[in-house]
Amino acid sequence: MTDSNNQMPDNRMTGAEIVLRALKDNGVEHIFGYPGGAVLPIYDEIFQQEEVQHILVRHEQGAGHAAEGYARSTGKVGVMLVTSGPGATNAVTPLQDALMDSVPLVCLTGQVPTTLIGSDAFQECDTVGITRPCTKHNWLVKDVNELAGIIHEAFRIAQTGRPGPVVVDIPKDIQFATGTYTPKPEIAANISYQPRTQGDLKAIQAAIDLMATARRPILYTGGGVINSGPEASRLLRELVELTGFPITSTLMGLGAYPASGTNWLGMLGMHGSYEANMAMHDCDVMVCIGARFDDRITGRLNAFSPNSRKVHIDIDPSSINKNVHVDIPVLGDVGSVLEDMVRLWRALPKKPAKAQTEEWWQEIARWRARKSFSYKNSNDVIMPQYALQRLHELTKGRNTYITTEVGQHQMWAAQFIDFEEPNRWMTSGGLGTMGYGFPAAIGVQVAHPDALVIDVAGDASIQMCIQEMSTAIQYNLPVKIFILNNQYMGMVRQWQQLLHGNRLSNSYTEAMPDFVKLAEAYGAVGMYCDDPKELDGKIEEMVAVKKPVIFDCRVANLANCFPMIPSGKAHNEMLLPDEASDEAVANAIDAKGRQLV
Amino acid sequence: MNAHQQPTGSAYFIAPETAKAESHTLSVLVNNEPGVLARVIGLFSGRGYNIESLTVSETEHEAHLSRITIVTRGTPTVLEQIKAQLERIVPVHRVVDLTVRARELGQERPIEREVALVKVVGRGEHRAEALRLADAFHAKVVDATVEHFILEITGKSSKIDQFVAVMKPLGLVEVCRTGIAAMNRGPQGM
Repeated sequence: MTDSNNQMPDNRMTGAEIVLRALKDNGVEHIFGYPGGAVLPIYDEIFQQEEVQHILVRHEQGAGHAAEGYARSTGKVGVMLVTSGPGATNAVTPLQDALMDSVPLVCLTGQVPTTLIGSDAFQECDTVGITRPCTKHNWLVKDVNELAGIIHEAFRIAQTGRPGPVVVDIPKDIQFATGTYTPKPEIAANISYQPRTQGDLKAIQAAIDLMATARRPILYTGGGVINSGPEASRLLRELVELTGFPITSTLMGLGAYPASGTNWLGMLGMHGSYEANMAMHDCDVMVCIGARFDDRITGRLNAFSPNSRKVHIDIDPSSINKNVHVDIPVLGDVGSVLEDMVRLWRALPKKPAKAQTEEWWQEIARWRARKSFSYKNSNDVIMPQYALQRLHELTKGRNTYITTEVGQHQMWAAQFIDFEEPNRWMTSGGLGTMGYGFPAAIGVQVAHPDALVIDVAGDASIQMCIQEMSTAIQYNLPVKIFILNNQYMGMVRQWQQLLHGNRLSNSYTEAMPDFVKLAEAYGAVGMYCDDPKELDGKIEEMVAVKKPVIFDCRVANLANCFPMIPSGKAHNEMLLPDEASDEAVANAIDAKGRQLV
Repeated sequence: MNAHQQPTGSAYFIAPETAKAESHTLSVLVNNEPGVLARVIGLFSGRGYNIESLTVSETEHEAHLSRITIVTRGTPTVLEQIKAQLERIVPVHRVVDLTVRARELGQERPIEREVALVKVVGRGEHRAEALRLADAFHAKVVDATVEHFILEITGKSSKIDQFVAVMKPLGLVEVCRTGIAAMNRGPQGM
């Protein structure tokens, strides 16, 4: 800090000014954060400018998930700003969440002054040490002249290759010190990080040749398609159109191909559709596009799609052959590879006849006829599936974005809400973070002020980040929280029923708050519904409210989420809703298995 | 349906590992910057990989590069995964599996050498025998008083193991080993 500020050349400024300038130069319009001692100089700069809007959250975890929701719904980098010590440790959950779901996130953390590092100073923690395994990369800035370059590099690393979170830890004396601002370089200086986006044409040609021979093909797509941008989704649709192949998607990839599309089989995996999982099991050619053979997808690995040849398109070399051995790996950005695939398919000298996959489609039709998402509705209590079906029906014509927390409601939302476009669905897939959905919805609403943003929640999850209601009120963000309230941690209860002799240890939500009064206490609108006949009217009322709403939707307490691949079972051993009698549920996992956990 | 015989009941699907584990030597070229070693070893501990030996030193001062040599053990799939995970670390430039490379070159193993300092204390016949054996192993005396020697020995790990074993009854006091430095034979660089 000098008093000659006014005479300094344009590129000489304090570290805090460098931070703001670098954010602007990287196109940042919104940041989510919480102030504290070690970031006060940056907050002082935020106060003195208007280009970057700061959204004050009520807990640093909320800042991280809000930035994630912002990023996933826009394709831009989410930015969070927190203080040292507890600010940084509270950011760990969203950082790991973003790492597992490949969300571009830049987290700026304050740090105690460099001279105090290592002295156990007030609110000191080893931020780069703690966040090293939960970020793509991180930096401790020790020289103010390197600050701008590091922030530019942070944005590049967060959004290129497989996107992910990065942390820039900035000691307080660096924020005060005067240094030189360096503009964003045209060509990145760091030569050790140069992700490859173009796929190897020979491998892509081999994939196309294999696909042309397929009699029982399937496209298995994931979040990579969405991360690659809207063009990738368009190309995916074109590829489906050209090949006529059936397509399924992971939880993270919903919306890349429209749910109304004729080739759509629904989501696959543990709670995916029967037709999607059976097709995965029986296919002869599997084309995995931007997905990573996660354990929730594959079921028992040594029985996973035993007779197929597999193509895997991924930008991250470590995803190839990690869980499942593939025959044709293609390293590259999904969008770029899909462009090549579409072109090479068109150029095939002899395209496969439609009859080649006719039997396969007939088989799929038989699986579809099982209607694996069916459930027994009731006139007396609201079934959770029914609630989501009605929510979807009554909001689908609008500009709607859906986020979720984690649990049964999340799986039902994935099953019963249809997505037609990418970037409309924000959920915590890899880490499974309860408390994600509400702050994520806030982030989405900040990016899309006029959209209808709904957080489908459970009664347990919503209480993990409920404090952010205060944020929603402060910034007039009319987020709708739709709680499927069954008074249990439903998925935990379901697993206890399946695995632990229905001993419901600590999964009942005793001392449930009155959600209507809770909403009102914050200045939001509270609604309550426990009657299926009143549901439609109340949902319409909720949508019409121009304020944040907590909708306490009381649903059947003991409903289970089906279909389900029980643990240790293969795709073709799904437990279907019509077969899921109490006895079948009790015996789904054998006695030997129950002892294992 | 052999699914019913599988041990199940966990939230995870655990398949028994059937492939055989082998020892491989990896060379990792990294930016010489703070925290880079922590990133590499954190990856190994975090993902449950083994480290049998680890050496690290700056090798190109101007280019700011260090070379890490890691001996690790795993099945071929795990070794491939380790390499891919290492390459994902931002300051990592290159990863070469020297063992795989040696096989490609038609050789059994890469050149792998260790240096050890061995302190032996003794008088009389023990002392004379220690010196005779040191000579036989081509170990050098780098420090001595009338009652001790510090011997410097270079060679394959197995040779050093053997040397340490024979020194044990002759008054071995302490051993310090560098871990393995390794390189592939032939004119090509890494």
